Amino acid sequence: MENDIRVPIASDADIVIARQQGRSLAEQLGFSSTDQTIIATAISEVARNIIKFAKRGEIVLSHIARNPTNGIMVVARDQGPGIRDIHLAIQDGYTTGKGLGMGLPGCKRLMDEMEIKSVVGKGTQVTMKKWLP
Amino acid sequence: MAKSNKDLENGGFPNTPRGETTASLLRELVAHLRQNRTQLRQEWARRITEAKLLTAMSQDEIFAEATAVYDNYVEALETGTFEALQGYARQLSERIIPRGVETHEVVGIVLLLRDVLARSLFAKYQHDFALLNRILDAYEPAANRIANTVAVGFVQERERTIRQQQEAIRELSTPVLQVRERLLILPIIGVIDPQRSRQLTEQLLRGIRTNRAKVVVIDITGVAAMDSNVANGLVQTVEASRLLGATVIVTGLSPEIAQTLVTIGVDLTKMNTVGDLQGGIEEAERLLGYKVVPLLEPAQTA
Amino acid sequence: MEVPILKQGDYLIATFQAALSDEDLLQLQDALVARVGKFRSRGVIVDVTALDVMDSFAARTLRALAHMVRLRGAETVIVGIQPEVAFAMVQLGLTLEGVATALDLEEALALMNRRTKGMRIRGK
Repeated sequence: MENDIRVPIASDADIVIARQQGRSLAEQLGFSSTDQTIIATAISEVARNIIKFAKRGEIVLSHIARNPTNGIMVVARDQGPGIRDIHLAIQDGYTTGKGLGMGLPGCKRLMDEMEIKSVVGKGTQVTMKKWLP
Repeated sequence: MAKSNKDLENGGFPNTPRGETTASLLRELVAHLRQNRTQLRQEWARRITEAKLLTAMSQDEIFAEATAVYDNYVEALETGTFEALQGYARQLSERIIPRGVETHEVVGIVLLLRDVLARSLFAKYQHDFALLNRILDAYEPAANRIANTVAVGFVQERERTIRQQQEAIRELSTPVLQVRERLLILPIIGVIDPQRSRQLTEQLLRGIRTNRAKVVVIDITGVAAMDSNVANGLVQTVEASRLLGATVIVTGLSPEIAQTLVTIGVDLTKMNTVGDLQGGIEEAERLLGYKVVPLLEPAQTA
Repeated sequence: MEVPILKQGDYLIATFQAALSDEDLLQLQDALVARVGKFRSRGVIVDVTALDVMDSFAARTLRALAHMVRLRGAETVIVGIQPEVAFAMVQLGLTLEGVATALDLEEALALMNRRTKGMRIRGK
């Protein structure tokens, strides 16, 4: 549990592996069954983005702590084309149905914190965190 | 370090060459622990009682658990793998937490075992200080890891139990009522923060599954304030319920709240709303009754 | 990973396993559409009780499936979405709009029977 779990993402089968690992770590950390599903779902979405836009990348899962609680951190990184307009990417299209089709606003709702770093032509890194209540 | 030709035979073990591996030292150690299992366990149980730990348990219980921990401990040392130990630590925690055993007790007894075993090693290898040092070099990291595994396992189990209890308390304060077959009513009263909203949704969904409800009436007459968070929570609850095959009727929507919802961007035409709870129940029964009686009524589409 | 497809009279019942890859989902989609044509089925029931995560791809695939099946004159019902999965889905914004849902197989069959008898109940 002290070590990060790295899941290389190169095929759609890896999406399943990544989310299963995520669920497993979440369970170990004590997340409720619902939260485990939520975390697994968010991982599935960002892993899919990697395949869709960058063809390959990796997902790193780790245990994080912030007094007095613990949480899980999911980092999805790739060296793909990058996101031109991050602001647009995370715009909540919940009621309007708009958005870039990356599922990022949804992930933001699922997880507690989300941060996106992207450079066009270089790659993208999405960091998501969820804390135990 | 002692010269290799000074290594003496000790307690029947053959000379160990200077290049002996950690693995062979651990093997020697494990053999010693197995040989002296009876007295070491007893010594440990004695010291547990002396330190006034595990007072919630009887002597027999302490000895029984001590035996299980001891055997798992030795096995972890032997195999170098900790899955079995983790599994045991979890089960042990599940057993003793309801008995009121506290974290400091669990940490205390594991450290005592460590001390008891270390002292027995001192006694055994007192004539060969160099070998003792090497044995301890092999023993200590493993023993620390074991202490850690058990303590952390206990703490995690404890935290999980506390969370479950908190969840249960929250659930008790929000009843999902089954008033007719296949019909649930969820009266929402008071302040709805995001956490409560989520808990209500989860509870309702579980209720739908358990009661195989086909219609749910959510009454928001008693909701203290309607803002975008509450509104979104409500919309999500309605949508999630539909995914479980249930129809949701929202009642208690005052004109003001309806206005607020529209302003927020909620599409009220997609939501089934009725003025008051009584009306909502009647509508629900109509829906349920309608499904049972095949009529000549014209086909209805959404 | 093969998904078992059962034929029960006029209906086809496909039961998902827990860990289906994108590839598996697409194969299932093809298989169901083909069988609906072959057997002239009137309904397709997709049992997702064992599905632990429904993400945007799975939701899109199911909606596409329902659409294709409808073009062949049959209705689709998704059954067994777990409470936690439903919760995560709506947070993500997946509503399976346009696809009928039911709690379990029994409900789905009842729904199918009603529909194929020509009576429409709050069709979604």
